[in-house]
Amino acid sequence: MSKIKSFEELKQIREQVLTRMDIREKGDHIEKLVEVRVAMATCGIAAGARNVMNAFINEIADQGLDNVVVTQTGCMGYCYAEPTVEVRIPGKEPIVFGEVDEKKVQAIIEKYIKKGELLDGIIPVTHKGIED
Amino acid sequence: MSSSVVSQTLDPSKCKQLDQFIDQLPSKKGELIAVLHKAQEIFGYLPKEVQQHIAKRLEVPVAKVYGVVSFYSFFSMEPKGEHPISICMGTACYVRGAEKVLNEFKKELNLEVGETTPDGKFSLLSLRCVGACGLAPVVMVGEKVYGRVTPEMVKDILKEYQ
Amino acid sequence: MSNYKMHVLVCGGTGCISAESGKIVENLIQCLQEHHMEEEVQVVKTGCFGFCEKGPIVKILPDNTFYVQVTPDDAKIIVEEHIVKGRKVKKLLYKDPGTKETIEDSKHMDFYKKQMRIALRNCGFIDPTNIDEYIARDGYHALGMALTEWTPEQVIDAIKKSGLRGRGGGGFPTGLKWEFARKSSSDKKYVVCNADEGDPGAFMDRSILEGDPHSIIEAMAICGYAIGADEGKVYIRAEYPLAIQRLKKAMKDAEEYGLLGNHILGTDFHFHIEIKYGAGAFVCGEETALIHSMEGERGEPTTKPPFPAESGYWGKPTNVNNVETFANIPIILLKGADWFKKIGTEKSPGTKVFALAGKVNNVGLIEVPMGITLREVIFDIGGGIKDGKKFKAVQTGGPSGGCLTEKDLDTPIDFDTLLTKGSMMGSGGMIVMDEDDCMPSVAKFYLEFTEEESCGKCTPCRVGTKRLSEVLKKITAGQGTMEHLQELKRLSVVIQETALCGLGQTAPNPILSTLNNFEEEYIAHVRDKQCPAGQCTALLKYIINEEKCIGCTVCARVCPVNAITGERKKPHVIDQATCIKCGACYDRCPTHAIEKR
Repeated sequence: MSKIKSFEELKQIREQVLTRMDIREKGDHIEKLVEVRVAMATCGIAAGARNVMNAFINEIADQGLDNVVVTQTGCMGYCYAEPTVEVRIPGKEPIVFGEVDEKKVQAIIEKYIKKGELLDGIIPVTHKGIED
Repeated sequence: MSSSVVSQTLDPSKCKQLDQFIDQLPSKKGELIAVLHKAQEIFGYLPKEVQQHIAKRLEVPVAKVYGVVSFYSFFSMEPKGEHPISICMGTACYVRGAEKVLNEFKKELNLEVGETTPDGKFSLLSLRCVGACGLAPVVMVGEKVYGRVTPEMVKDILKEYQ
Repeated sequence: MSNYKMHVLVCGGTGCISAESGKIVENLIQCLQEHHMEEEVQVVKTGCFGFCEKGPIVKILPDNTFYVQVTPDDAKIIVEEHIVKGRKVKKLLYKDPGTKETIEDSKHMDFYKKQMRIALRNCGFIDPTNIDEYIARDGYHALGMALTEWTPEQVIDAIKKSGLRGRGGGGFPTGLKWEFARKSSSDKKYVVCNADEGDPGAFMDRSILEGDPHSIIEAMAICGYAIGADEGKVYIRAEYPLAIQRLKKAMKDAEEYGLLGNHILGTDFHFHIEIKYGAGAFVCGEETALIHSMEGERGEPTTKPPFPAESGYWGKPTNVNNVETFANIPIILLKGADWFKKIGTEKSPGTKVFALAGKVNNVGLIEVPMGITLREVIFDIGGGIKDGKKFKAVQTGGPSGGCLTEKDLDTPIDFDTLLTKGSMMGSGGMIVMDEDDCMPSVAKFYLEFTEEESCGKCTPCRVGTKRLSEVLKKITAGQGTMEHLQELKRLSVVIQETALCGLGQTAPNPILSTLNNFEEEYIAHVRDKQCPAGQCTALLKYIINEEKCIGCTVCARVCPVNAITGERKKPHVIDQATCIKCGACYDRCPTHAIEKR
């Protein structure tokens, strides 16, 4: 990382970050890239989010799914359903899965990520963001 | 108590570790709490001897060190058990029955809050809100978190550590 | 990919389940099979939509149609009209209560979303350990704009105009606070972020630091620029290891990018942040106590004035804001004060984050516009009371707040309305209680907390909270008298009027508000020696209902003092003199034959 020397440069970096994230992550699979975000705040981790994240990473590696990236994020606010995971498939609304365990990781990969089928118990997004 | 007695009762390598931390501070002014955090991390708790040592190194009265240690609930003057058991007594856990769970632990271990079993295995603590209210009531044993604990689960939780 | 062309989402939240959403699913599947469409359309049961008042909810993807108050019989028409023929079922669409128009356009489907995320805008959305993701979401742009285009006075004006009030409890206007600090002239000033979240039951500050640490760093730098400070301190609970770890990582990354340190973004503005650890003392939420604790002392409050804005950390002008307040700052500068003022109420613009917990179905960290009603929070977002029990009270403001009841459910909540109801906003704990919760016990719980957390400096708080909690112990142990109730009231008022700081002054609130709202419950404890909620062990009697008892002997076997006798397959009896009221029999009885009285 080098220092950002002006506000203009910061704006440029934002644009670069946006495109770079596209290229780095999406690469050749730009329209097929699936993002899996595991809510890893204290409460999520207490409920087992770390195991869930590892299960995703292992399963994706084992199956050689090179169009899926797994990252962590903060609290989504659905404490009653921890651990929670959001899956973003291009062209679709992000879907939040609750009470995810290692077994459910399999189901999410097999049914939703691979076939686009939904699972019982998905959590509807109940809030507006700043863009709305 | 003379300083020679102090250094005798404390593990010299741990003392050295603490002294190194104190020495690298840019200034000793206002750093008492930071030093106490470090000392508790090194020694596990803050017995009289550690407090005296810190007072000497920071050039403040022992009374002041003791005043600060006894003020904050995070600092402990008693050694903790090998497996510290903390029952969350935040409001969310309380209304979902944390008190019953606490009582069950008291009964099973024959301990009051703040005490340690004679064999040094368990100590019983109550803490204020882990922030995992979705899992209330919550119990922590060491770093491990148990959620939705009922009094019936207490025996099984303890078994894991026996 | 799958063969499914359409998905029908049926709400499986507790409220909708009790309104037969399970039957809706069954009927939908059956109708689809009749039309041989079960391979093309998938029916799924979801979690709560947070709009329980209009449940059961059915949503159809991909066209985002949102049907409300659907009955099992409606399954047929949904399949035959919408799914087979592609025509929306008008009578099931949501009607705008104002215009009476049905809402069809899926772009307008957000109407049911009662939450709005401003302070939590990035929480659960970005990777908190990746500064690039924060920058991609316009991160550090508010700071860039302030440093290059605005004067410090303009920044303060914008915050003043937005009407933002401190989210840590008091609700003091943030812009004014900044202006005081700006106007104090000194060679050195400090910005302090209060992350010593002490309310047992609130964890929004921790969640923000864990989920979006850069927003706090950016806001503190903006504040530094506005008031003329080049140093910031984050005072954080040592019990928050993950928040500390994420904050440290964020600080390091910001330094490497030159967004913290000297000559930020090539300007002459310098700003450094250091972490200071709290050690578990509730009173340190009070700003003067917090400052003493940062100086390595006992966290005892001192009288104001002087305010920290004149003389704070090491005697220098200091501005203290809490985490959630800071989280609002960057977005206010980016979107403008006018945008912010449109959200919430006139006197309390914006949103508030609440930790909604206790006896609700959807325990969660929620952010809602000010002015929302408690009914919407508890029954829509919260999905109603757990296990179908009856709502009794909701406690806001933690140990400084009070209980609100059924009659307050439709009051729009903001800083001022909660105060007039005998509670307060506090940091945002919101604990829902049902018919099983005993109000004198709840008051006792909070008073034991303040008694333990009282710093001991002033007598009204140190001795007063102890006396209050002793009286409450007597009441819940069945040793209370009617005089005790008078004593509680009298002493509460004295403490309110004479305690030195906010902790003491607000400590009696849990008692006064429960006494006001549930006086008969207190009277039942002291006069009739009964606990209507069945919580106070000393006042309880366990009795076996002969009609329900099947004589399975489970109770007799679990009783630790052998107080239960009876023959196999015949009703059992509890000997009241021997019974220690442990409740073991009550919890284990398979036929719920044991009653608490």
